[in-house]
Amino acid sequence: MRLPIVGRVTIGLLLATALAVPVPAVAQDKPRYGGELTFVVPSEPPSFDGHREETFGTIHPIAPHYNTLFRTDPTDNTGTKVVGDLAESWQFSKDMRTLTVKIRQGVKFHDGGLLTSKDVKASYDHIIFPPAGVASSRKGAYIVVEAIEAPDPQTVRFRLKWPESSFLLNLASPYNFIYRAETLAKDPRWYETHINGTGPFKFVEYVKGSHWVGKKNPDYWDKGKPYLDGYRAVFMTSSSAMVAAVRGERAHAQFRGFSPSERDSIVQALGNKITVQESPWNCVILVAINHEKKPFGDKRVRKALTLALDRYEGSKALSKIAIVKDVAGIQVPGTPWATPPAELEKLAGYGKDIAANRAEAKRLLKEAGAENLSFTYKNRGVAMPYEPLAVWVIDQWRQIGVTVKQEVVEAAAYYATLRGGDFEVAADFQCGFIVEPDLDIYKFQSASISHANYSRYEDKVLDELYVKQARAVDAEERRKALRAFEKRLLDEEVHYIYTLQWHRIIPHSAKMHGWTITPSHYLNQQLDTVWLSE
Amino acid sequence: MAINVPFDAVELAATQAARAGWWGTVKDFSRRRPLGAAGAAVVLLLVLVAFSANLIAPYDPEKVDFGAMLARPSAAHWLGTDAFGRDVLSRLIYGSRTALLVGFGAAVIGATAGAVLGVGSAFFGGRVDLYLQRVMDIFIAFPLIILALAIVAILGNTLPNLIMAITIPMIPRCAIVIRSSALSIREMPYVDAARAAGFGNGRIILRHMLPNVMAPYLIMLTSFLGQAILLEASLSFLGLGVQEPTAAWGLMLRGAAVDFAESAPWMAVFPGLAISLAVFAFNLFGDSLRDALDPKLRTL
Amino acid sequence: MWKYIVKRFFLMIPTLLGVAVFIFFLMRIVPGDIVELRFSGESSYASKENLAAERARFGLDKPLWRQFVTWMWGVVRLDFGTSMWTGAPILEEIKLRFALSLQLAIMATAIGVLIALPLGVAAALKQDTWIDYLARIVSIAGIATPSFWLGILMILTLLVVFHWLPPMVYTPFWVNPWQNVIQLIWPALAVGYRLSAVVTRMTRSAMLEVLREDYIRTARAKGLVERLILKRHAIKNAMLPVLTVTGIEFAFLMGGLVVTEQVFNLNGLGLLFVQAVARRDYTMTQALVLLVASVFIIVNFFMDLMYGWLDPRIRYR
Repeated sequence: MRLPIVGRVTIGLLLATALAVPVPAVAQDKPRYGGELTFVVPSEPPSFDGHREETFGTIHPIAPHYNTLFRTDPTDNTGTKVVGDLAESWQFSKDMRTLTVKIRQGVKFHDGGLLTSKDVKASYDHIIFPPAGVASSRKGAYIVVEAIEAPDPQTVRFRLKWPESSFLLNLASPYNFIYRAETLAKDPRWYETHINGTGPFKFVEYVKGSHWVGKKNPDYWDKGKPYLDGYRAVFMTSSSAMVAAVRGERAHAQFRGFSPSERDSIVQALGNKITVQESPWNCVILVAINHEKKPFGDKRVRKALTLALDRYEGSKALSKIAIVKDVAGIQVPGTPWATPPAELEKLAGYGKDIAANRAEAKRLLKEAGAENLSFTYKNRGVAMPYEPLAVWVIDQWRQIGVTVKQEVVEAAAYYATLRGGDFEVAADFQCGFIVEPDLDIYKFQSASISHANYSRYEDKVLDELYVKQARAVDAEERRKALRAFEKRLLDEEVHYIYTLQWHRIIPHSAKMHGWTITPSHYLNQQLDTVWLSE
Repeated sequence: MAINVPFDAVELAATQAARAGWWGTVKDFSRRRPLGAAGAAVVLLLVLVAFSANLIAPYDPEKVDFGAMLARPSAAHWLGTDAFGRDVLSRLIYGSRTALLVGFGAAVIGATAGAVLGVGSAFFGGRVDLYLQRVMDIFIAFPLIILALAIVAILGNTLPNLIMAITIPMIPRCAIVIRSSALSIREMPYVDAARAAGFGNGRIILRHMLPNVMAPYLIMLTSFLGQAILLEASLSFLGLGVQEPTAAWGLMLRGAAVDFAESAPWMAVFPGLAISLAVFAFNLFGDSLRDALDPKLRTL
Repeated sequence: MWKYIVKRFFLMIPTLLGVAVFIFFLMRIVPGDIVELRFSGESSYASKENLAAERARFGLDKPLWRQFVTWMWGVVRLDFGTSMWTGAPILEEIKLRFALSLQLAIMATAIGVLIALPLGVAAALKQDTWIDYLARIVSIAGIATPSFWLGILMILTLLVVFHWLPPMVYTPFWVNPWQNVIQLIWPALAVGYRLSAVVTRMTRSAMLEVLREDYIRTARAKGLVERLILKRHAIKNAMLPVLTVTGIEFAFLMGGLVVTEQVFNLNGLGLLFVQAVARRDYTMTQALVLLVASVFIIVNFFMDLMYGWLDPRIRYR
């Protein structure tokens, strides 16, 4: 999946030198020890193995039992700073093709065994080179890894086929639990149904359909942590039950996100007993336009469709009723590579003069001979925020004389529809567990390269720009390449249309401290920095 | 269940009607069965509203107005607006079109197909009857909503497919009722006489069986009307029926109506009232029709 | 009579078999795939090998007839397999929700019958009076009002007027009876109202029919006291169709309350059903359909028996 990248010295060095120091506790007040954190999770873990699963239903209850080699700084609200978890220090080689990591000493698994580099190697082998019969979801994300070595009990070495500077961030995936080598050797599927990690909390019990309980690990390597005595994850499927739980103060938080109306009802009921943290979410609904269906192969038609959208008014209004808010391009606003709003306005459909935009849209449609355009918009069968967004875009397209009917495709049949190209215009999405352009815009390359390119186009210029930004030696160069990529994708060719950025709303008990929201609901869930006041 | 249909009931009613003229029949019906007449009046009103929707609706039902989101009932919007600023009253009025389209469509097709199958099964008897009955049994034992879900999932989520998804579970239920009626006719001596006289199957069915299953047919039809509307509302509420931005009563109860029920209750209250009123009217009328045609006919 | 019972009994089998075949093939015609759904989560990347391996694990790569036979062979031994979504044995998953659905069905039926019987009898006895009209209006309203809407209104009223929300997490009755009842009483009322409507109408019409019968007139002519007539003859004979309708409605409540469960956040069989279909969890859907259909078919069987016993003419059909 990752393309060859040559010599990104500057960025690599920046990452390599910084942050060999453990993160200090952030809270302005002094953290208090004790208490059990209760939170609700809308989804249950299909299995306990993080290497295999893709859902937050695995992360939220299980991540506190494990450490990963690297993680994102739990105090950083952009979720883009890599810090060491089990990695004490690390160094890239000069050619950036070898990453040498020093493992912390004295780390013990919950069953007493000592952690060595063998365990790290075995865990990553399990992810990147899984034995037959073992499913690893992220194998394809680490094609760049040639081999993993454990030359001595304290050192792990990753040998890469080519230099890739987003490698560290990629390694910091919250799913890369570190398991015991011994156990994996005996039964590589043991971790699907058992828990044994080095993390801040030990496993207590799991009652299917009900709850998951963890308790403080007294021998945790990070002395002084965790602050909590334990945690309880309660599984609930319906959103009103979750709202009732938080509102009724039976749970401290729900770590995925609530809708604006849910937040309002909780705040209204609890007032200052509730803290609300909000952040743009690394998820966006896209409009995939099937280039193979007439007249959507004509970029004038596609451009008209994006010009019709009054994103700013939409943002103001829809943020009241749906989990969307910011007007964004290819990166989450507020993160290192995001385009500043002033520049974004220059792109088609992002300008503030909507009347002019719509007039232009109508003109383009006429020119393309698609004046009374009408089509079916295939939407994904998930209510929030797909439904309100569909109502919005359909209304916006009406304003330029385009008649659109909605057809909702059930979640189970949705992927097949997208992949089969069985649509004219459809809802698509781009979600990432971490904000990093390589991950976030991979999808938009030509269909021959990206299997997730459902608009079904080939665009060599775009592919070259992807490689350029991925290979860029210096930050400014990368930024320029990313801007050019964005312009080509959203303005010149309009291969895809970005609607509005999702918005993550976490109203939690004011008693809960030490948890910082990030654009990803997969990050920051080890709960070692969280404490309860009273 | 044994159902006895006096075969002259419809003839009787028809004769009476012929004698009194149609206005006389209406007056008569209204006097003797006021509830049914009230039901019929409401149904008529509904049909009128559906037909003239574009004349009487104050706003375009799909017009989004972000300046007036979740507005309370006022002079500008008599029943308030929804989460997109769309006028609730206009959506209700246009929603009647969807309701009646689905209701009548599903009921007529379902009842008619069921009647055809029932009569055919009863008339031809023997193996045909045996197999058809088993197939009907299977369909009836099958959970209704799952069948509708599956049909929509297979065929795709469009209005005609929705009508089909609602129709298909109704067909066997009608078929067995009609079959019972038709069976009792088949035993009658004059059918044998007609056959002996050399009359073809078609003629026997048309002239003898059909008129006598008219009564249960009409009754099943009116009963299906209400059920179809309710089923459509349930499916739309689940997200499997009519889709946005079309105005449909069940759809209006979904999503924002529930989320904002506390702060904007008008979104949840009025569509439900509309559904209840429509089905109520259909049932009232259907009940009185049944009483008039055959009080002994038990329907549920 | 025995011949009739045996015949009806054996007729259940082809129907059940037909339902099994129907759901088996229906699910496989419906587009969509559980493996896709499970692996895709919130991204749209899933490697083809993973997908193929999972499919093989579920046996989905074997020819259809083979899958069917394997499944049926399990059913015959009462082994319904494991849920394709959670991997847990299906009977276990169903057990978790069964208690709630059963309790709700019982409560709703009890409420319905308690209202319907006296109302229906009264309406029949005082036909065409205001009692009758009231009963008919109330019961037609019960059938016309969507019970999920009634549920929404109930919750709204409780919230706005009483500032109180019913508990959203299920506690079994033996753990905490009070919590249990105050959670389930509201959906029971919403559903019970509709059920009472159906039963009221049946009671009324059955009573009316019975009251017109010759033997009632004879009894009256004989000079028997009105109340005795009622008790000894009319009500008893009217109960048969009422019982059957109640039975059918009860059967429907097990697994049919899809929308009500959604409104009241009940983790019941209806919700399980919809989730299983949405996830294309073949084994779970098949098992649930069989369960629900069996309940229905068995209730019908007893219905046929009762009618056969009561009306000898039917036995010879």
